Amino acid sequence: MTIAVASGKGGTGKTTIATNLAVIASEKYDRVTLLDCDVEEPNSHIFINGEKVNEEIVNVKIPEVDESLCTECGACSDFCQYNAIVSLKGKPVVFKEMCHSCGGCSLVCQPKAIHEVDHRIGVINFYKSGKISLIEGLLDVGSPLSPPLIGAVKKHENKEELNIIDAPPGTSCPVIEAIRDADYIILVTEPTPFGLNDLILAVEVSRKLNKRFAVAINRVGSGDDRVHKYCKKENIPIILEIPDDRKIAELYSNGKIILGNLPEYKKSFEEVLEKIGMVIQNEQ
Amino acid sequence: MKVAFTSQGNSLDSQFDERFGRAMYFIIYDTDTNETKVLENMAGVESGHGAGISAAKKLVDAKVDAVVTGNCGPNAFYVLSENNIKIYLSNAKTVKEAIEDFKNKKLEIANSPTKGGHWR
Repeated sequence: MTIAVASGKGGTGKTTIATNLAVIASEKYDRVTLLDCDVEEPNSHIFINGEKVNEEIVNVKIPEVDESLCTECGACSDFCQYNAIVSLKGKPVVFKEMCHSCGGCSLVCQPKAIHEVDHRIGVINFYKSGKISLIEGLLDVGSPLSPPLIGAVKKHENKEELNIIDAPPGTSCPVIEAIRDADYIILVTEPTPFGLNDLILAVEVSRKLNKRFAVAINRVGSGDDRVHKYCKKENIPIILEIPDDRKIAELYSNGKIILGNLPEYKKSFEEVLEKIGMVIQNEQ
Repeated sequence: MKVAFTSQGNSLDSQFDERFGRAMYFIIYDTDTNETKVLENMAGVESGHGAGISAAKKLVDAKVDAVVTGNCGPNAFYVLSENNIKIYLSNAKTVKEAIEDFKNKKLEIANSPTKGGHWR
């Protein structure tokens, strides 16, 4: 089973919820895999004090042109929708940060002057902490495309067991890549106009993807009741509410998880896993 | 020589466009004959990525000698410079004004990109 923790708005508490869920799940299951797909700024490792056990370099394919075979016909340049390969005079020029690695340019090249080479975009770090395996994608600075790296992180999902995905913020391609195969999505928001606006976008995405989802509201009491009202109107379950508690903020700023430090919140996190488990069982 | 001016419309009275890759039109002015030609840039305006590259390609194909625009990113700068197209910078209100400034040699030349790439 895979639970993705996502949000429209950034900074609402995805990592807080994902890491605390992983900790509570590790008390219940033999193994939990936490996949940090927020590859531009992965933070789960701060809260899961694990030991780094491995790393893996992630490459994508980009075209390389063999000048001696190129007939300067321009077919590669005409084909590329992203202007990643440009044929002007002489040898085509490759703009590697534009390339989406579709391989089309090498297919349309009649004289077979284009072959694909590896281009590094980031790494995957593997951490182990008790029963938690944390798999973290880390995008290289200057690499613009995160979906291929997120895809590589997701290859380490363990379908037989419980996986928790810490998704990037927003509702664009990286988020879709992170949550598209999840069994259940938790949308984290805050009770503010900004929180609601971005939650509505995230709900639209979840519905488009035909996903089971619920809302988690963080910092309850710091804003108003507009998110609660919206969820009621739309019949969206609110699976977790975390109060606007200074103690939680202090723990977070010191890189500590809530559970184990504030045991009064344990029950509400346990209930999240139970509720999701029941929903998924009913589906099967 | 043929000079391309980035424009928001298709006439000399149109507003000058400070964007290069996503300018709606290029007005190509021939300094020898005083004639102007209009080139639309729909492909650039609508492209998801690499608008600067595709616009630069268009101007290379149109065989211009110089470009007058407001800003130019690294990829467009590379394509234009590789093809010996000079890049002049202007913040004129209209295309007509930019052409006058160009004729009176009032415009500075860009020796490097004026902006970082949008992918950064």
